[in-house]
Amino acid sequence: MIDYETLRTPCPCNTGRVVIEMRMVVLTKGVPDFREGKVSFDEDGHLERGKTPTVMNPNDKTALRAALQSKVKHGGTVSLMSMGPPGYAEILQEGMDDVYADDLYLLSDREMGAADTWATAMTVSTGLEHLDETPDLIFAGFKTADGETGHTGPQTKWCLDINDAMPDYPLITHVVALDVDEEAGTVRAKRLVEGDVSEIETIEADLPAFIVTDPEFEANYRRAEHRLRHKDFRDETQQRAAEFGEYLADDTDKEPTEYEDFHMWNHEVLNLDPDYIGLDGSPTIVAGVDPIPKAPSEREATMIQPDDDEGMEEVFEELNQYAVGD
Amino acid sequence: MTEHEHYEAVVVGAGPGGAAAAATLAQHGVETLVLERGADAGSKNVSGGLIYAEESAPYTIDQLFPGFREGAAERPVDEYYIHNIAGEKVETFDLHDIHHHDTEWCDAVLRRKMDSWLAERVHEMTRETGGGLLTGVRANGLLREGGKIVGVTFDELDPITADVIIAADGVNSELARDAGLMDWEEPEDWFQGVKAVVDMPPEAINERFDVADDEGVAHLFSGDLFEGVRGGGFLYTNEDSLSIGTVFHLDSLSVERAEPHELLDSLLTHPLLAQWFQGEYHEREYAAKLVPDSKKVAHPSPHRGRLLLVGDAAGQMQAQGPIIKGMNHAVTAGGLAAEAFAEAKSRGNEEAAGTLYQQKLESEGVMDQLRPTRYRATRFLSESDAVNSIGSSLLDSAVGTAGIKLFDGLLEKSFNSPFVLGMIPDTKLSYVTVPTRIAEVLGDPVYDENDVEPPALDDRIGDLTYDVDDPHIEVLDNSFEASGTAVTACPVSAKDFGGGCYREETVETNGHEEKKVSLDTQPCVECGTCAVVADTHWEHPSGGKGVEFKQG
Repeated sequence: MIDYETLRTPCPCNTGRVVIEMRMVVLTKGVPDFREGKVSFDEDGHLERGKTPTVMNPNDKTALRAALQSKVKHGGTVSLMSMGPPGYAEILQEGMDDVYADDLYLLSDREMGAADTWATAMTVSTGLEHLDETPDLIFAGFKTADGETGHTGPQTKWCLDINDAMPDYPLITHVVALDVDEEAGTVRAKRLVEGDVSEIETIEADLPAFIVTDPEFEANYRRAEHRLRHKDFRDETQQRAAEFGEYLADDTDKEPTEYEDFHMWNHEVLNLDPDYIGLDGSPTIVAGVDPIPKAPSEREATMIQPDDDEGMEEVFEELNQYAVGD
Repeated sequence: MTEHEHYEAVVVGAGPGGAAAAATLAQHGVETLVLERGADAGSKNVSGGLIYAEESAPYTIDQLFPGFREGAAERPVDEYYIHNIAGEKVETFDLHDIHHHDTEWCDAVLRRKMDSWLAERVHEMTRETGGGLLTGVRANGLLREGGKIVGVTFDELDPITADVIIAADGVNSELARDAGLMDWEEPEDWFQGVKAVVDMPPEAINERFDVADDEGVAHLFSGDLFEGVRGGGFLYTNEDSLSIGTVFHLDSLSVERAEPHELLDSLLTHPLLAQWFQGEYHEREYAAKLVPDSKKVAHPSPHRGRLLLVGDAAGQMQAQGPIIKGMNHAVTAGGLAAEAFAEAKSRGNEEAAGTLYQQKLESEGVMDQLRPTRYRATRFLSESDAVNSIGSSLLDSAVGTAGIKLFDGLLEKSFNSPFVLGMIPDTKLSYVTVPTRIAEVLGDPVYDENDVEPPALDDRIGDLTYDVDDPHIEVLDNSFEASGTAVTACPVSAKDFGGGCYREETVETNGHEEKKVSLDTQPCVECGTCAVVADTHWEHPSGGKGVEFKQG
């Protein structure tokens, strides 16, 4: 277990309070950009990966915002970690630019490729263990936009449990609001429990903890000092992201790994057996993928161009029967 | 007692007044927090568009913010004309002397660009004091303890206490009203300004206004082109656009049941403007604003406890005939309020800041500019109906006509006299009758054809950007007698127009028909007109909500 007594440091807010300099890690994944105008499907309704840009999983940005909120209110560092091909450095940079990150970690090599959630959790948990400091808060977003399983976060937490070196992280899912009590070394979270009637459940747990944010999570800053610090952090992270962007540019001879706040680890660095990661370590068998057929429309559509006077007359006649009043 | 977040100084509003106050406080090392309700500073702000730096002023904007003129302003305005109009006859006076009287420089500005430029610098300066500037935060009232003002309450933040609160939150200041220092009672205390920002390439401006790249010009318009409503029009050249607008006395606008957007169109379509448009007209933005008449409402004692009012919030907007000065007075007032607090603090008596501020406004001559003694002395007599009717009949007589002819040069001279302007009464005589007679007698007809078509009101509203929130205005009395004036006076409403804020409705109750007023705040431009002319409970939308001006 972490000895929180030894970790207490003065709060950056200069109020003389003593707080824990929290180490936070946010897990993320690159997903196809499913937004209208970005995503591309072939004739059979299959996603065209090559034509669809990869972006940071939107739910993970929510998780990152939760981590930033904790940093703003309580201090600490926020690391952003992902597993994927070297190009995912851009996903990490996107998170750094759009939300926040002090430093970036990418677990990447061919052996890790084509992993299911199990093999991913194995790899990511090893990445977390490999950090120079044990995280106080680990954040994951609610399911990815492509896989939609919602497994990887909780499975990663479970993988951490099997390792004796890591503390026992309470897992808090569907978090919509979060607060840390530095003095008590606890975290208080509001969970959205969906049912016939959705309820909000308040959970208090000891640090360190593993948080899975709900898409409904909203950062909440009711103090001016927090908003000012948030603004400072946003300025800083955008500067860092711009700097890192120079290492990622096509026309540069700089290597991303030369950037001091970006770390890329392969399976050897992590001391992982290739048989337990990537495709070889994935027990999931995908039997087949069926595109979801479009629901047949129950209504008939007639197309009329605005310059078609006769057609517009019909539209008017059609609508007129629904007109109310005179 | 709850422990509130505390700053030495809280400044509400990031316009020129708030920016000047914050910069001066920061210079004195005062921990200063600035809160602006717009999503971006300037997104809620509208002005006609000229900012002056007066030679006699203790504070000017470029002195507080070096690089202001290059970074935040449009074109310097050196030339200043007024056109007296009667039908198609126009007599132009050069107002060079009055424009340059006590003027170090004068620039045209667009407020979105200007205020966001200022806000960036204010944030840097105040951040060093431990404060900073936040946008998207609306102050909704004063925090009191034991009856005393101790802080400010907000929609988005928990209450904050401060040793001094500078309310630079504009013409509809909710803090000034909470403190009981200002009200929205009398239409005669206010002007309403309506403005269109019109696209024009820099080369076209240079050619059509006969100016170089870094030169600009101002044209004012008065006479019979506004259906007898008291007020006038203006045109200022920006870098690649024109600011064209009208400013009317709200009481006159109300009584005449005039439609502000139509009066603006009367100016835009006047033959005199054809030479500049040359058949091209593309409106970038339509905007409106309430303007305090400092002669009547500049608060002689704009403070209460820890609260000090600055700029429009204190009614510090000078409009006398062709002189329209607001932003420079806000800058001076902001500087003086900050200076007053710093002095009071150094004496260990922070509570004295308000009294010191008032003394400074007087000793620096600001109050006399805002409420000229001469105006006060002559107002009673000159605004009385008797003087008006004698004046009008004199002007219409042969003697009057001869007089105008005889005094041609002298008339131009008297328009240029700050002394004479200080006495100008707010009557139809000075705004409409005199300019019209001048044009009739002395003017030459303009034969140009102005065929531009300004956008209809629904297009103007449609082109604005809104982030709609819950309704922020409530009509307390929806009878036509109490609130019907808003249907015409509101710049985004009109009689028989369904897409505006205020609508006239006929409701049948108990067998008889009654005229009622209904309100939809969605197209609201937050000018405050209806707060004066209708019976409402009026508040601003929450931080970042409501209309967002891109030009301002």
